[in-house]
Amino acid sequence: MQRFVRGDNCRPMIKALSFLFLVCLHSLAQAQFRIEVTGVGLTQVPVAIAAFKGEDPLPQKVSSVVQADLERSGQFRAIDTAGFQMDETTRPDFSIWRQKNSDALVSGSVTRLADGRFDVRMHVWDVVRGQDLGGQSKAVVAADLRLAAHQIADFVYEKLTGDKGIFSTRIAYVTKRGQNFNLWVADADGENAQSALSSSEPIISPAWSPGGNQLAYVTFEARKPEIYVHEVASAKRRLVASFKGSNSAPAWAPDGHTLAVTLSRDGGSQLYLLDLSAARPEPRRLAQSASIDTEPTFTADGQTIYFVSDRGGSPQIYKVSTAGGSPERVTFTGNYNISPSLSPDGRWLAYISRVSGAFKLYIMELSSGTVSALTDTQADEKPSFSPNSKMLIYATQQQGKEALMTTTLDGKIKARLAGQNGDIREPNWGPFQK
Amino acid sequence: MKQWVLAMAVVLLGACSSPVRLDKVPVEDKSGSAVTATDTSGADSGAVGAGKVATLDLGKSRNDSAMDSTTRVIYFDYDSYTIRPEFQPVIEAHAKYLRANATRKVVLEGHTDERGGREYNLALGQKRSEAVRKALVLLGVPESQLEAVSFGKEKPVALGSDEESMAKNRRAEISYR
Repeated sequence: MQRFVRGDNCRPMIKALSFLFLVCLHSLAQAQFRIEVTGVGLTQVPVAIAAFKGEDPLPQKVSSVVQADLERSGQFRAIDTAGFQMDETTRPDFSIWRQKNSDALVSGSVTRLADGRFDVRMHVWDVVRGQDLGGQSKAVVAADLRLAAHQIADFVYEKLTGDKGIFSTRIAYVTKRGQNFNLWVADADGENAQSALSSSEPIISPAWSPGGNQLAYVTFEARKPEIYVHEVASAKRRLVASFKGSNSAPAWAPDGHTLAVTLSRDGGSQLYLLDLSAARPEPRRLAQSASIDTEPTFTADGQTIYFVSDRGGSPQIYKVSTAGGSPERVTFTGNYNISPSLSPDGRWLAYISRVSGAFKLYIMELSSGTVSALTDTQADEKPSFSPNSKMLIYATQQQGKEALMTTTLDGKIKARLAGQNGDIREPNWGPFQK
Repeated sequence: MKQWVLAMAVVLLGACSSPVRLDKVPVEDKSGSAVTATDTSGADSGAVGAGKVATLDLGKSRNDSAMDSTTRVIYFDYDSYTIRPEFQPVIEAHAKYLRANATRKVVLEGHTDERGGREYNLALGQKRSEAVRKALVLLGVPESQLEAVSFGKEKPVALGSDEESMAKNRRAEISYR
């Protein structure tokens, strides 16, 4: 081996190795969710997704992206379609698909247009009833083929479940590689990750604005925690909270211009509201205590804020009206409950509970107060609901490494965002794309 | 800056430190280290001066002379925000210096170990830095010279998950700006 390395003969080998290295780097930069089914849902809809005509030479197989999206939701089970050739114009022979126990069939095509764009067409069929459920077509540039596939998955999901799909939404998260911190924006399946911010100091608590175009977050670049609001498309950002002491835990009100934040400027960690439409937002105190109040999050109607407080001696989740009044305790089980996330439909509260030294993702049905654990991991953090209230993304550790996971609300279907190099944390699920 | 470094060296009889790269602070059992005055006017310094960092290693120094020297790091017990009696002399030395040097400002930086949520740990670190702030105020240091902030669990000095490492991370650092 030594001889090879020193000799001239090694040059092609070095070239080959460098190439392999680059290929490896490239694949490491991809961050696709790997689906780990930890239980079988009884209500999974069997769906057949045929290969799209003309997708073979493309780097992105539209049908594979659609299938992975639908499977990750936990509500679908893919039926083998190998050997079937069809497109959106093919009238399917329903008896064949009924024999394969498929409830629905998706077919389509991808055609390269003269201007270099791709015409992506699809159709979905109800196999059981033998019904045409409709289709769509869209011309996209090559870079948007994945987005087109996610939109097809959204279309199929909505036709078959009645709920809006979340596959074309975006997520934000933070990575740490050595001493380099990056804030990323990626597709909901973890692909197509783009760095919004790079810093040698930590970045925490990214939060999508209701419009999906801005992120609020906390950085330590000034050697103290400060809050910025950052426009994702332009990277223009604004320092909105740099008061004396610590500034953290930004949460957007549904109005899109009010932030709830935690400030220590008057002593202790306390909750305030900031109106970003003001040139110099002046904090308005929301609640007052001699203890820690932090991690605010708004209900969908903007009338109530859930937050964490140790006013009762241990950290618990409370709620308070944004108009004021006395906070009401929400969690009663355990002595450490933090990081509340509310489902947009108002039915669920996800949070992290410390149980025998482990930090675990829990969910509470707000109407009944019933709580259940969703994971068997030990270091869960920061749950965030999908905009259709059907899934959660959260951070955890697996084999000593930080990981991001999605889970269904029953905890049965989990997917892991794999491939990011280094530590990965602080996920936040963005809103429906406008 | 040089002037202050020398003043600090005199006032604190040696043990001085620089808040560079908190994550790379070597943990040493030092009972006093030389101060090297160098130009620290760089944009990211905010430092008191270059030179060795005197960090107390509680595992070794509980009974040795390191306790007598002035440091800028105060350690806390698990789930505690109370300054232990052995750190009172540290607080007093800084209070004395700050009272005598009204133009000097310090940022008190609270830190936690790795357990628990990032935002909640930020609030817990804030409790630690504010405990130090209140102790300095009690000793007559004006609030205007002090700012208490928190890094939560984001800036560990020890990266292990064992109790010894975590004890090193539960701290408040006194950082001259």
